[in-house]
Amino acid sequence: MKILVPVKRVIDYSVKARVKSDQSGVELNNVKMSINPFDEIAVEEAIRMKEAGTASEIVVVSIGVEKSQETLRTALAMGADRAILIKAADTVDTDIEPLAIAKLLAKVTEEEAPGMVILGKQAIDNDMNATGQMLSALLGWSQITYASKITVDGDTLNVTREVDAGLQNITAKLPAVITADLRLNEPRYVKLPNIMKAKKKPMDIKTPEDYGVDVSPRLTITSVVEPPARAAGIKVESVTELLDKLKNEAGVLS
Amino acid sequence: MSYIHPYQDTEFVLKNLVNFDQLCADAELDEVNLELAVAVLEEAGKIGADILAPLNRDGDENGAKLGTNGVEQTPGFKEAYQQFAEDGWLSLSVAEAFDGQAMPNTLSVAVNEIWHSANMAFALCPMLSQGAMESIAHHANPELQQAYLPKMASGEWTGTMNLTEADAGSDLAGVKTRAVPEGDHYRLTGQKIYITWGDHQMTDNIVHLVLARLPDAPAGVKGISLFLAPKFLPDEAGNPGERNTVECLSLEHKLGIHGSPTCVMEFKEAVAYRIGEENKGLACMFTMMNHARQTVGLQGLSISERAYQQARQYAKERLQGTRRDGSRIPIIEFPDVRRMLMLMKSGTEAMRALALTAAAEVDYANYTSDPAGKARHKARGELYTPIVKGWLTELSQELTSLNIQVWGGMGYVEETGAAQHYRDARILTIYEGTTGIQALDFIGRKTLFDKGEALRLLLQDMDLVVDELNTVSGLPPGLCENYTQAVADGREAAQWVLEHAGSDAHIAGAASVNFLMLFGYLCGGWLMVKSALQARSMLDTGEGDKAFLQAKLITAQFYCQHFLPRTRACLATVKAGSESMMAMPEDQF
Repeated sequence: MKILVPVKRVIDYSVKARVKSDQSGVELNNVKMSINPFDEIAVEEAIRMKEAGTASEIVVVSIGVEKSQETLRTALAMGADRAILIKAADTVDTDIEPLAIAKLLAKVTEEEAPGMVILGKQAIDNDMNATGQMLSALLGWSQITYASKITVDGDTLNVTREVDAGLQNITAKLPAVITADLRLNEPRYVKLPNIMKAKKKPMDIKTPEDYGVDVSPRLTITSVVEPPARAAGIKVESVTELLDKLKNEAGVLS
Repeated sequence: MSYIHPYQDTEFVLKNLVNFDQLCADAELDEVNLELAVAVLEEAGKIGADILAPLNRDGDENGAKLGTNGVEQTPGFKEAYQQFAEDGWLSLSVAEAFDGQAMPNTLSVAVNEIWHSANMAFALCPMLSQGAMESIAHHANPELQQAYLPKMASGEWTGTMNLTEADAGSDLAGVKTRAVPEGDHYRLTGQKIYITWGDHQMTDNIVHLVLARLPDAPAGVKGISLFLAPKFLPDEAGNPGERNTVECLSLEHKLGIHGSPTCVMEFKEAVAYRIGEENKGLACMFTMMNHARQTVGLQGLSISERAYQQARQYAKERLQGTRRDGSRIPIIEFPDVRRMLMLMKSGTEAMRALALTAAAEVDYANYTSDPAGKARHKARGELYTPIVKGWLTELSQELTSLNIQVWGGMGYVEETGAAQHYRDARILTIYEGTTGIQALDFIGRKTLFDKGEALRLLLQDMDLVVDELNTVSGLPPGLCENYTQAVADGREAAQWVLEHAGSDAHIAGAASVNFLMLFGYLCGGWLMVKSALQARSMLDTGEGDKAFLQAKLITAQFYCQHFLPRTRACLATVKAGSESMMAMPEDQF
């Protein structure tokens, strides 16, 4: 089985995000960028399936600026076999919306014909949590989100999902789109020789036009602002005072 | 306390001071460039931060112990070492012929900074392996190379250096360990002390490189040969077989680096093989000595960086004093705390710039084909070696001490971990040649021997930056005048030493440490000013991270105003000569 793993290049989790002075977005120029951690978990899961003999080939795909090549190289160094970059933006400030991403991924899926698409449940930059769901709808494939355990048995999937109430076990038929949650696995450290080898693995470079997909945004960002600073707390004298404040000042009790 | 690699500064130095892409192109390393270096550093940073740094405290509190089966390392070290080895980090700069990655020395040094920041006691083990591998690669015969190098490059076996004996420390002429020929090998007998990672259970074999004397060897350093003695003799398949008669007799109780076992090693007719020619052991050892000395200098940077990160975090969290509105003040707002943090930040950045600049000279000397260029780079690299070893490690004493000062009483108690870095750093000015030995090397072999030629060329390079400073606008005040003065101080000190060294037997020795420190501060200033010029030009063209570049300008300004004036004091002390130092009769001490 071939597995397709879409990965996104995002602001590194260790960087403190700064809003641009013109409030048009978060400052992404000259900021450390890395593979979206949930996508990294998806890559790791695909590699483990390959190591277990369930998967035969892992194709990683990224949609974004030219520099997303670095993100793809990380996935290749981890153990993916080849990569596709769809160069869809000239600057990091252009974010491509989930629907356009899903449409492009649907086209790539048609072309590559994988048995499974596995990707992060969301990207840590915009937290949309939409691409996987949209992709499964466009493909008409099974949709399994928030996976924390995956086993493949022939063409049947047994997946544990993390839901609000706890864990849910479901079975589904392949082909399917799976989105990875935090506890699915712990991604491996890249071996030094594999960083070198990743440079020699094939990478196709495409554009949205190659797939006939329009990536122009449908949403307009009016402004991006920092969250308000948290005000200092106060000490109340009694439970009565606390209840009074919760009712009359905070308005959380009636 | 966590550690995060300052990747942005390393990348800045590699790109702008070392010109890493050009270096790789000149060396015809087609597949290596800055982009790859950044990817390598990022992965190394993860291993350092996630695996090695959390064990640093464990090594200090639960150091190596001698058990019935030899040395037991700190719990957790073995698993960390195995991950480190399996991920290929030992093979970084090893030749491809021995299953290495053949990356340039400069990148290896940049990566080593991470290991030593994360866990210096642990990192000493791979560091010694690297040095031993280098010596074997340069001097051993092909059979020995084939039998040992691939196993060492993969990290399956580690390496050690056995030089010191009870009566042979800084002066190796006193080496007494004897090597008696027997068939195709030798039998070694003697005792070595201060052998770092001389024994442990992390790997199934250890390869000892040992200095010893042949029966008919001349006295002194001209009668020393180099031998290789494995802990287990390889069997026919090359796997560890019969136990060799070498063992750890005891461990030293030390001020710091408790996680690194410092062994007394006994060789009792141990089987050994000669490396290099008879009686040329010291020359073979010197191959790894330059490398080892620069690496110990690098440890000065690494531990200072770790201490700085700890001080920075505490200064932002610790609240002392109250504002009018009742809010408390984090101590980072107080000027004297800022002074300490800026000394640490500017000091470590200058160290990093010099360590990588020196590392690049080793690469240029290796890769340059034209003989004149090769000789020039070799001379420059050798000139830097005692400065890197001497100045970086001396400065690390001050900077790790400042970390404790920022923490105040909390730094003096062991629970916070600030004291560990200070204790760990204390060995750095001692092993691999004390500061005194580095200073004698710098003033003697590197200055007087060539009549100041290598130094003159360095000062010439420094003059170019003075010229540039006078033409660029938009630089912070304090750069130009302090730097110009420091270059003049360096030139004056060099001239004074060249003129006076012959007049009195004590002059060179008396002046040496201050002479070395002067050039340390000056080299740091030179590279910080070059960094500032680059930052200014990038800001003007709108290239790079603005906040980082502006911080670089301020850091360079602080360095020039607070570190560079020290060259004046060094110069005055150099010129004071030896009189007051040597005049007093010994019985007055």
